[in-house]
Amino acid sequence: MAQEHKKWQCIVCGWIYDEAEGCPEEGLAPGTAWGDVPEDWLCPDCGVGKEDFEMVEI
Amino acid sequence: MTAPLVVLGTGLAGYNLVKEFRKLDSERPVVMITSDDGRQYSKPMLSTGFSKGKDADGLAMNDAGAMCETLKVEIRTFQQVTRIDSQQNKIFMDDDALEYSDLVLALGAAPINLPIVGNEYLMHVNDLMDYEKFHQAVQGKEKIVVLGAGLVGCEYAHDLASASYKVEIAAPDAQPLSRLVPDQCGQALIPALQELGVKLHLGKAATKVEKINDGLVVTLDDGSELVADVVLSAVGLRPRTDLAKQAKLQVNKGIVVDRHLKTSENNIYALGDCAEVAGFNLLYVLPLMNGARALAKTLSGQEVELQYPVMPVMVKTPSLPIVTCPPQDEGQGNWSIEGQTPHLKALFKDSQGNLLGYALTGECVAEKIKLNKELPASWYK
Repeated sequence: MAQEHKKWQCIVCGWIYDEAEGCPEEGLAPGTAWGDVPEDWLCPDCGVGKEDFEMVEI
Repeated sequence: MTAPLVVLGTGLAGYNLVKEFRKLDSERPVVMITSDDGRQYSKPMLSTGFSKGKDADGLAMNDAGAMCETLKVEIRTFQQVTRIDSQQNKIFMDDDALEYSDLVLALGAAPINLPIVGNEYLMHVNDLMDYEKFHQAVQGKEKIVVLGAGLVGCEYAHDLASASYKVEIAAPDAQPLSRLVPDQCGQALIPALQELGVKLHLGKAATKVEKINDGLVVTLDDGSELVADVVLSAVGLRPRTDLAKQAKLQVNKGIVVDRHLKTSENNIYALGDCAEVAGFNLLYVLPLMNGARALAKTLSGQEVELQYPVMPVMVKTPSLPIVTCPPQDEGQGNWSIEGQTPHLKALFKDSQGNLLGYALTGECVAEKIKLNKELPASWYK
C-alpha cells in the first residue's frame, strides 16, 4: 500500500516541503518523510529550522 | 478585570510572539496594535515577490480579522501609539489610551533615508504596504535603479531583473554584500547579477536625484548619471526607538534589553529589529524567531534566557545562492577561501583552527549544515 505523503510549510516564508518530492538539491530523496528529515535541516529559502514548519493540508 | 498583554507591532516579531504565546497560554487577553493594516505576511518574501509574479495581495497570508480569530486576540489597525507612561502602565494613542499588564515593543526598524537632494523621490520597501506602493509604481515601467548593494539591495536587484526589469545598482561599497561576506565571495555575485542584465556601479555613492520629464536622474559622486523610472533605496535600516526614548527606556543602537528581553522598565519588553539584546542588534529572521520563542515562555511565567544558536543568513539570489555566518569579531581570526569562483567556501578560523564563521557561495552552500555543527554552539555571547 502506498504511503500517504504529507506537505509541511515554513511558517516564516511559506516554502513547502512535499514528502512525495523530497528536496533532492538538499540531499533529501523523493519520499523522505518529515520525521526522517535531519533535525538540523534548514529551510532552503529563509534558513529557519524544522520547528518553524507546520503540516499543511493542501 | 486584569489589563491585557499589549503588543505593539504586527510584523514577523509581533505575530510570531503571540503565536508562540498562545501555545502556552490560551486565556490571557492580548491586544495587538499596529500602524498599518495588520495583514500577516512573510518579510523575507518581499524580496522574491516579483520573480514569483506576486502583488501585495498575493504575498498577504491573512488579514487582521483572520489573525484575531486564529490567535484569539484583539487587533487594532491604523493606530499610532504616541506615548508610553511606564509609571501608570498605560499607552496613549491619538484619541484613546490603554492599560497594559505587560507591554511588548515589536516595532521593527525603519529604512534609512539617504540625506541627499531629491530623496523624496526614493522608494523604500520595508513592509507589505511599501511593497504594494512600489509594485504599483513599477507597473508598465522599465528602468529601476537600486541604491545599496547589501543583502536587501542585491536580493531586490536579482528579483526585479528576473522579472525582466532593467536594473542598475549603485553603491559606495567596493563589492556586493561587503558587510556580510569576504570580498571574494561578494565579487562572485557580480557575474551572476550581470548575467541577469544588472549593471553595477560600485564604489560610487548617489549624490542627487532629480525629476526630469517623466523619469528620474540619479547623479553619482563621479559625476555620472543614471536614468530611471523608479529609484529603490536599500541602504540599511535603523531600529525604531523614538517611543522608547520618549518613555525614558534605555536606548543604544536599539532598545536595550537583557536576555529575558526586558527593557530598563518593569513589564516592558522589546523584540526583533527594534531590540538590542545583550549588546546585539540583529536585523534577521532567525534572531527574531528565537527571541519570540523565549519571550513567549517568559511572558507565560516560565522565565527563560534567550541564548542564540548558530544563525546562518541566507541571501536570496537564486542564480548564485549564498549563505553566511559572519564572525562576530573580525579581529579574532582570518579568512581562508577554497574553491573556484563562483563556488566558494570561505572559512573564518582563529589561530587554534577553531571555526568562528563562514560564507558559502554557489554549490558550496550544501555544506552549511556540516559547518553549523563545527561552529561554537552558543552564539552572540
